[in-house]
Amino acid sequence: MAYVTEKLAALADPTRLAVFERVAKRPAAVHEIALDFPVSRPAISQHLRVLKDAQLVLDEAVGAQRIYRVDPSGIEEIRSYFDRFWGDALASFKTFIETNPSLNPKDRNAKDRRPPRRAKDNRRKR
Amino acid sequence: MQKTEDPRVVRRTIVVNADIQRAFEVFTQNMGQWWPKEHHIGDSPLLAVVVEPRNGGRWYEKDEDGSECEWGTVLDWQPPIRAAFSWHLTGDFEYVADITQASEVEVRFTSETAERTRVEVEHRCFERHGESGDRLRTEVDKPGGWTYVLNGYAKLMA
Repeated sequence: MAYVTEKLAALADPTRLAVFERVAKRPAAVHEIALDFPVSRPAISQHLRVLKDAQLVLDEAVGAQRIYRVDPSGIEEIRSYFDRFWGDALASFKTFIETNPSLNPKDRNAKDRRPPRRAKDNRRKR
Repeated sequence: MQKTEDPRVVRRTIVVNADIQRAFEVFTQNMGQWWPKEHHIGDSPLLAVVVEPRNGGRWYEKDEDGSECEWGTVLDWQPPIRAAFSWHLTGDFEYVADITQASEVEVRFTSETAERTRVEVEHRCFERHGESGDRLRTEVDKPGGWTYVLNGYAKLMA
């Protein structure tokens, strides 16, 4: 989780986020990125360094330039947050739908078909 | 449940003991009753989560104080097989109107048998939420986070 915290903190700065999004659109060198921002090139370099330290961007030497691009593993950390959420939310949905068979009026006469308290087995204890 | 390896997409699948019509209706029309109640926008307790059942429909929460807070928009409405939404909520369920900062959620329903339905959720483009990084971090850092909330929900339902 420490890595996630670092990554998200790196994106919390609006300018740095904009730099990240610029790099996500198209890999580019520092001077190209700086053209799109009203801040100095050294400032852009500093933002890129923070993003690189947080493993959100990678750089590679192409000729005399360093080209920055998004580090897919950085996105993975943020992705896992939503992955965990949907896993839990769907489990919650399953519990709900299987313990409330007659929630919708049109389903009231479907009660007999319900498996007996099946989702109760998944209930977590305090 | 399954996980995908594509780092820019979250896919989750679950099979529920319900027919496809009911699975779709409860998922979309009773959302507030299974949704993690602590994870919403308003200051007042969550009363309901409403999905207007049509393309372009609103997706919003209603709170006990009568307020309504937007969550997103119905991008595609094909009962009982598919629903897709724009997701404008940040890590602490704060609404960001700009759709370029909204991710997308697609939910697909497939009959496995007459009484069993596969529900697949695909959440993509969430990197657009980068703007909410600091708030997301706060949420993740809360003791227990989502798991705690859902445990509470499971107990309530038991």
